Amino acid sequence: MTIGLGHYLAVGAMLFTLGILGIFLNRKNIIIILMSIELILLSVNINLVAFSTFLGDIVGQVFALLVLTVAAAEAAIGLAILVVYFRNRGSIAVEDVNLMKG
Amino acid sequence: MSFETAGYQLAPALPEIVLAVSSMALLMLGAYRGQGTTRAINSLAILLLIVVGVLEYLQPAGKQVTFGGSFIVDDFARFMKILALIGSAVTLVLSTEFLSDPSRRIFEYSILVLLSTLGMMVLISAGDLISLYLGLELMSLALYVVAASNRDNPKSNEAGLKYFVLGALSSGMLLYGASLIYGFTGTVSFTGIATAATTANIGLVFGLVFLLAGLCFKISVVPFHMWTPDVYEGAPTPVTAFFASAPKVAALAVFTRATLTAFPGIVPQWQQILVFVAIASMALGSFAAIGQRNIKRLMAYSSIGHMGFALVGLASGTVEGAQGVLMYAVIYVTMTLGAFSVILAMKRNGQAVEQISDFAGLSRTNPLLAFLFAMLLFSLAGVPPLAGFFGKWYVFVAAIKANLFTLAVIGVLTSVVGAYYYLAIVKTMYFDEPAGQVDPVRVEVRTVLAVAGVFNILFALFAGPVVSVASAAAKSLF
Repeated sequence: MTIGLGHYLAVGAMLFTLGILGIFLNRKNIIIILMSIELILLSVNINLVAFSTFLGDIVGQVFALLVLTVAAAEAAIGLAILVVYFRNRGSIAVEDVNLMKG
Repeated sequence: MSFETAGYQLAPALPEIVLAVSSMALLMLGAYRGQGTTRAINSLAILLLIVVGVLEYLQPAGKQVTFGGSFIVDDFARFMKILALIGSAVTLVLSTEFLSDPSRRIFEYSILVLLSTLGMMVLISAGDLISLYLGLELMSLALYVVAASNRDNPKSNEAGLKYFVLGALSSGMLLYGASLIYGFTGTVSFTGIATAATTANIGLVFGLVFLLAGLCFKISVVPFHMWTPDVYEGAPTPVTAFFASAPKVAALAVFTRATLTAFPGIVPQWQQILVFVAIASMALGSFAAIGQRNIKRLMAYSSIGHMGFALVGLASGTVEGAQGVLMYAVIYVTMTLGAFSVILAMKRNGQAVEQISDFAGLSRTNPLLAFLFAMLLFSLAGVPPLAGFFGKWYVFVAAIKANLFTLAVIGVLTSVVGAYYYLAIVKTMYFDEPAGQVDPVRVEVRTVLAVAGVFNILFALFAGPVVSVASAAAKSLF
């Protein structure tokens, strides 16, 4: 069996779905939400690199590198906000994030 | 002397370069001189935004494209950028008091607002999916931190955390959409996508839906609005004023540019999405606001509704529609900044009061404040001859010309429902027993309020020039 574009896209779609589910179904810990966000961004990278290879176009890989950079910045900011939050509330459980009900 | 790097002209991006370099210089100033410079840095930041606005205004007319097509400066970009710069500058003016508190002398605040404004400018000028994503992230990453900037307040932290999680999720969806669009058209540039996307194949439509979902998140329209009330309530009030003004302008601009310039070949595909989103947001904005007691939450629902109205213009997909969106953006920004300056002005004994019941009898304790707020509320409700009416007029006319009658009728009906809660505040101010004296209003808040109030009341007098500029800007997209 040769591995084609469809297989890569399927892996990307699965990781993306796992990431989304991780954000919404997770009732425990905000760190897990941050991990899910990373998973979403990485699934996009798989998509971009796979498309780039199969189209023979380098732009997709450039895009993927930029996504990696931004993902690092995003993780840093997320963790910083989480630290400030933990100092005030003493907990990072998802069910405690409820001072305001939307 | 030509101003270029690696063969790309730098002149079209001059305002952005000035903003980026100067905000980093201000960051260094703050880092070396300490928190004592907070006030000076805030003033310098306001000055910088004005200078950048002037540079943007002085850009030569017509369309300039640089960086291989990923950066576009046309009439539309200039219009929206100047509006976003005004929104950011006014926010910094309104933040003076927030930053003067000894426990909150954080110079980073002004720098973050500047960086987020830089992100907005890149976003507005984005000519491909990469610069769209980078601009959006630069804007959002700074906004997450600003939302949590009141470090000792658990509500502000929670607002920052919620905004971060949901914002990151939305960027992820936008990015997934961008990757699919890239894969199915073979290019990331908007013009390239427009050439390739002439028929609706399933992968492309999937990508389009994800892209629009991510953008809907940033302008907070239903069904991606869940974060808005919480973030608006939890964030410090000047920050809420910021969230409600400049980032909305930038996101609306990129929404308009992406749909109209990258997907003109598959209009029916995105039109039906926009029609649904616009109807849902107008309805939610009107009905959910009725039960609110906190004025900031009420403004959150109000902004959801207003973004729905703006999308009515975009859904028509015509030049008139784009012009309506631009007019709506201008009017929405002035109304919102005016309303938030009233909310900032409401203090009793140095404590900010945010409940609607606190506005009781304001007409007797501070008649001028009550009058201007009443006018702004009438404008938000869309009562002629105030500015808000003209905003709605242009988008509804565009929708009717594009044969979207259901959309226009539902829009008018929901704006009637929406008028109820604005009028309820006017009733509280004018007919209820006074809830006590309010503190004297600070001079910068008073100035912003006066300008916004006069703009809204007398809009009919200077509507002409605004309309002609907006129509030129809208034409530059087609």
